[in-house]
Amino acid sequence: MEAQTQSQQMKLEIKDLHARIDGQEILKGLSLDIPKGEVHAIMGPNGSGKSTLSKVLAGHDDYEVTGGEVLMDGVNLLEMPADERSRAGLFMAFQYPVEIPGVSNANFIRAALQARLPNGEELDAVDFYKALYAKMDELEIDRKFTARSVNEGYSGGEKKRNEILQMAMLEPFYCVLDETDSGLDIDALKIVAKGVNAMRSPYRGFLVITHYQRLLDYIEPDHVHVMVNGRIVRSGGKGLALELEEKGYDWVRDELAVTA
Amino acid sequence: MIDEVQTVKNIASEKDAIGDFRFPERHKFDAGYGLTSKTVDYISDVKDDPDWVRAFRHKALAAFEEMPMPTHWATKDLESIDFDKIRYYLASGEAPKRSWDDVPEDVKRTFERLGIPEQERKFLAGVEAQYDSEAAYSNVKQAVTDQGVIFVNSTEGLKQHEDVFRKWFGKVIPTRDNKFSALNSAVFSGGSFIYVPPGVKVKHPLQAYFRINSENFGQFERTLIIVDEGAEVMYMEGCTAPKFETSTLHSAVVELVAMKDAKIQYVTVQNWSSNVFNLVTKRGVAHENAEIRWIDCNIGSRLTMKYPGVVMKGRKARGEVISIALANTGQHQDTGAKMIHAADETTSNVISKSISIGEGRSTYRGQVHIPKHLKGCKNNTECDALLINSSSRTDTYPAITVRGNDHATQHEASVSQVSQDQIFYMKQRGLSEAEAMSLSVNGFINDLVREFPMEYSVELKRLIDLEMEGSVG
Repeated sequence: MEAQTQSQQMKLEIKDLHARIDGQEILKGLSLDIPKGEVHAIMGPNGSGKSTLSKVLAGHDDYEVTGGEVLMDGVNLLEMPADERSRAGLFMAFQYPVEIPGVSNANFIRAALQARLPNGEELDAVDFYKALYAKMDELEIDRKFTARSVNEGYSGGEKKRNEILQMAMLEPFYCVLDETDSGLDIDALKIVAKGVNAMRSPYRGFLVITHYQRLLDYIEPDHVHVMVNGRIVRSGGKGLALELEEKGYDWVRDELAVTA
Repeated sequence: MIDEVQTVKNIASEKDAIGDFRFPERHKFDAGYGLTSKTVDYISDVKDDPDWVRAFRHKALAAFEEMPMPTHWATKDLESIDFDKIRYYLASGEAPKRSWDDVPEDVKRTFERLGIPEQERKFLAGVEAQYDSEAAYSNVKQAVTDQGVIFVNSTEGLKQHEDVFRKWFGKVIPTRDNKFSALNSAVFSGGSFIYVPPGVKVKHPLQAYFRINSENFGQFERTLIIVDEGAEVMYMEGCTAPKFETSTLHSAVVELVAMKDAKIQYVTVQNWSSNVFNLVTKRGVAHENAEIRWIDCNIGSRLTMKYPGVVMKGRKARGEVISIALANTGQHQDTGAKMIHAADETTSNVISKSISIGEGRSTYRGQVHIPKHLKGCKNNTECDALLINSSSRTDTYPAITVRGNDHATQHEASVSQVSQDQIFYMKQRGLSEAEAMSLSVNGFINDLVREFPMEYSVELKRLIDLEMEGSVG
C-alpha cells in the first residue's frame, strides 16, 4: 500500500490551475497528470494558453497563479523559485531560446550542472566534456558549438537542438517542450525528435506542447490533450492528434459550443 | 599588539573582506595633516632628496595650489576631498627588505593575506610591495638582475640611477598636466623605477602592490618605466585598502617610455575599498615601432578618474588601452583613454567595457587625436556599457579628432542591459539570480578578461562574482 502511494506521487500533477498576466486570466482551471514514463502532448489553437502553461510551470515572475496547485512528485512546485524548480528536476525547452553573449555553451551547461552539486563539490571537467561531446554527437551538433556563445547567431534549428542538448545534459525528471517544432525544417525536426526519444524512460515524464500534429509523428505521445481557452477540453490517445489535424481546431470549438 | 588584526566592522561581503583589515599604525615618520611647503620639506628631509628633487617638489606644490579643481568637466564629488584632513607621508623609516623574513611581522602578514609572496614564488620575476608611503619589500630574481634589468622604488631610482631617471622623469607627464599630477609631483613617494636594457625580454612579469593601511592618508606613488630598444616587459600592479569611515586619497603618476621596437604591457587590477578617491595619471611614449598596452581593471573606489594614454611619437608605434570598469552603488568609475598620434602609420586601439550595478555610475571619456600632417594612422575605439539595474548609470564622452584624409578611424559604442528574459532562461537551467548575473557580466567582459595574464583573470572573475553577490535580490 505504502509503495503504491509512493508510485502514485511520481508524477507532475496540475490541479485546477488558474493564472493571469497583467490582470488577464489565461489559465482557467487546468488539470493534468503526467506520470513518469509517459509522454503527454498538449495541442491547441493560438491564444489558448499553451505557452502560459509552460511559463507558469517553470516559474516565470510575470505570471501570477491565482488558484490551484502543481505538485512534482508530491512536492509543491509553486512555492519554489524558478531556479529551484530546475534543480528539483523540471526542464523547459524554450520556444524562443535566449541569447547570452560572451557565455560559451560549454560554460553555461557546466555552470548549470555545477549549480546542482552540493557546496564545495567541483564538477569533474574531463567527465563533463566526455558526456557533452557524446550528447552533441547524438544530436549532430558540431563541436565548435561548445565555444560559441549560448544561442547567439544560431539558426532556428541550431537553437532547438541546443535546448535538447541542455535537456540531455541536465537529465531532468520532467520535461516541458514548448513548441519545440516551431521554425524547424523536417530534418532538424527529426534530429530533435531523436534526441527526445532517446531520453524517454520510465523515470521521466514529458509534456510536449505543439500547435501542429507533425511533431507527434516523430515523438509519439501516450496521451493527447486539447487545450482551448485556458482549459483542457478533450483528452485521448494519439488518434486525437490526427483527428484534430484533419478537422481543425474549430471542430473542438464547435463541439464545445454544442455541449455548452 | 601586532597579532591583533583589526578587521573593520560590518563586513558586507567577502569582497570587502579581501582587503578590509588593518594593523595598528607605527610610523616613525608622519608628515602630519595638511599640505604646505613645510610638508614638502619634511618629505624631502626624510627622504634625503637631492636638491633638484626638492626644487621640483616645491614648484609642483605651487602649481597644485594655483590650479583649479577640474569640476567644470569632471564630477563635483572632487570637491568633497578635504586636503587639510589628509596625511601626505607615513613611513616606518626602514629601507625595503630583500627577503620577506626581514619584513616587519604586521606588514609581512598583510601581504601574505593578499597572496603576494605566493604569487611571487609562482610566476613573478620581481615584486615591490608598498605599505603606505614606502616600499616594505622589494626583490628581483637574480636571473633578471643578471640581464641588467633595474627594478627598484622611485627613491632608489632617482638616487642611484639619476642619469636615466632624470632624463625621463616628469617628461611624459608634466607637473602641470592636471591638478593631481601636480599634487603627486609635490609629495610623491614610493612607486617603481624600472629600466630594461636594449634587447632584453623579461620573461615573467614584474609586480608592484600598493597597500594603504592608515586612515586619513594619501598615497602618491610615482612610477617610471623605461624599456630600451627592442626590449620587452610586463608590469602588473594591484591595490587595496581597508574600509575606513573617512575618505582616503590615492593619486599616482605613471610614466612609460618604450624606445624603438620596445614593448610594454602595464596591467592593473585595482580593488579599492569604496571610500578611496583614486585619481591617477598614466601615460606612455612609444617611439618608432614600439608598443604600449594598458590593460586596466577598475573595481571599487568611491571615485576613480583615470585615462591611460599613449603618445605615439615614432613611425609605426602602437598604443592600446583595454579597460574594464565596474561601478557599484556609491561608486563612480570615470575612466577612458587618450591616444595621441604624433607620427605616420601609428595605430591605436581602445576597448572599454563598463558595468554599472545598483546606483553605480560609469563614465567613458576617450580622446583620440590625429593631426592633419600625418599619414596612414589608424584608430579603433569600442566602448560598451552594461547596466544591471534600472537605477544604474552610464555616460560616454568620446572625443575623436581626426584631421587629414589619409587615416582610418572606427568608433563603436553600445549600451546594453541584462534582460529579464536572460535571467529567466538561466534560472530555468538552475542558476540562482546572482549566478545568472555573474555569468552575464562575465560573458560581457569575457573577451577582455582573456587579455589579462591567467593568474589575474582568475582573480578578476572572482572579484566580479563577489561584487555581483550583494547586488541582486
